[in-house]
Amino acid sequence: MLEIRWHGRGGQGAVTAAEILATAVIKENRYAQAFAAFGPERRGAPVLAFTRISDSEILLRSQIYEPDVIVVLDKNLCTMEGVGDGLKGRGTVVLNTSHPPANFVDTFPQAGKIATVNATKIALETLGSPITNTAILGALVKVTGIVKIDTLDDIFKERFKIYADKNVNMARRAYKEVTIMERGV
Amino acid sequence: MKKIGLSGNYAVAHAVKMADVDVVAAYPITPQTTIVEKLSEFVANGELDADYINVESEHSAMSACIGASMTGARVFTATSSQGLAFMHEVLFIAAALRTPMVMANVNRALSAPLNIWNDHADAMAERDSGWIQLWVSSAQEAYDTTLMAFKMTEETRLPVMVNLDGYILSHTYEPVELIEEETVRKYIPSKPLVNRLSPKTSFSVGVVGPPEYYFEMKYQAIDAIERSRSTISKITTEFNRSFERSYDDIGTYGMDDAEYALLTMGSMTGSARVVAEEWRRKGIKAGVISIRTFRPFPVEIFRQKVSGLKGLGVMDRSSTPGGPSNPLFCDVATCLYGLKERPVLQGFVSGLGGRDISLENFRTMFKATMDAADTKSPKPCMYVGLRE
Repeated sequence: MLEIRWHGRGGQGAVTAAEILATAVIKENRYAQAFAAFGPERRGAPVLAFTRISDSEILLRSQIYEPDVIVVLDKNLCTMEGVGDGLKGRGTVVLNTSHPPANFVDTFPQAGKIATVNATKIALETLGSPITNTAILGALVKVTGIVKIDTLDDIFKERFKIYADKNVNMARRAYKEVTIMERGV
Repeated sequence: MKKIGLSGNYAVAHAVKMADVDVVAAYPITPQTTIVEKLSEFVANGELDADYINVESEHSAMSACIGASMTGARVFTATSSQGLAFMHEVLFIAAALRTPMVMANVNRALSAPLNIWNDHADAMAERDSGWIQLWVSSAQEAYDTTLMAFKMTEETRLPVMVNLDGYILSHTYEPVELIEEETVRKYIPSKPLVNRLSPKTSFSVGVVGPPEYYFEMKYQAIDAIERSRSTISKITTEFNRSFERSYDDIGTYGMDDAEYALLTMGSMTGSARVVAEEWRRKGIKAGVISIRTFRPFPVEIFRQKVSGLKGLGVMDRSSTPGGPSNPLFCDVATCLYGLKERPVLQGFVSGLGGRDISLENFRTMFKATMDAADTKSPKPCMYVGLRE
């Protein structure tokens, strides 16, 4: 079982990213759940979403307290208090930031792998809007190999219709540009 | 068949579309809204040929459904929480007038304080309305059960409520296998039901039932839901055979030789099973029983399933303030009262207003059930996950 926690702000698409990843895993004939910590949704407020992935049927329906992977969609949430809570030892972190991975060692001391990508820049240049979810998905897929990047393309085409190509390009660019740092913990 | 990623609510919407309903009358309320949102999209883009009635309240939604059902239409609505409560008086009318319809109730706590998250208070408050109540534990089961519900409502002429836990099932994306639309249409063909409002067959409905008549008329509705048990079982068995599923009025895990078990409803079932499997690896014979058909309560099947059990932990996700115990526990105790040999019962209330029921909470409940059985002295209802 692989458990992922997504941090974003309302409007950046954290819930959608969690759903897209689960849908891609299911498309590859494995099992996944995507859910969010729903609350009084409003644009700009911090939101949490979750994806659970497994090779066998997932029966568990409680929240995720100790994620294997933490993904942060908003550059200002990367060092937010509590962002690294519960991360498993040698866990993976994927961040939207212009800074290198080494800058985040103190925030995520237990991380075995820290990856950074400037998803905001990619989103603004490709989509013209700071919606970072599909870029960060591309980076996450590169770092973890959870699904094939081609599967993500298929889901974007089904879900985003006329915006599909832009999202494909965003994810593929982030896939190439992500910086990964491995750490012996 | 290929599985796709769908939320519980979208799974229900797809089932309703495939059932080719004639009328949807609904008022939006969280967390149900995405069901009727999807259905209105299906109607707007021509995928579903139905009248979608935008009503001004849930009271009107249920009233419109009753009227439509009387014309012989296949009818669907969905609601949650305060919306279901607002339908309250009309629900009894739908059942007693024997109007077939299917309603998805996406379970949510009742105010106050205002809360949009899951518990079972909404459905429990309508327990005595005369509706058939089904409960599901996954998006797949929500889809399958909604299809079966149309068959059940039309064969029993009793309205059917399909309960799925708010957010935990309604908004969680997971694998769902959709049946081909053509196959579904063959399974539940659109057959015109009797049009009781036709000018050719003029008679009155919903008339005054004075003391000379009310009792007999009410008894007919009571008798109808009593007799619906065999129809529900028959339809479930046929569905299992046709679509390679394994549903039952009561779901079980490990109950062939279990000594201790937890009794659940809805989405709690999966996590309970994870902990039961964990305890089995430790050599403890643990099991899980989940009630799928809550009304009519499958009394005989339930008694069979618990025979030989030492301890049973009953998990209520709602409460009966000031009552002798909580809704599910009361039903269970009533079922077992007349038996010479019965398990020790330990009651729990957990997960009110969307409080997460963690694996640690389930472990606490299993342990307390074992202790209650081994010492033969259960504790008063335990509120698990409640901060002190």
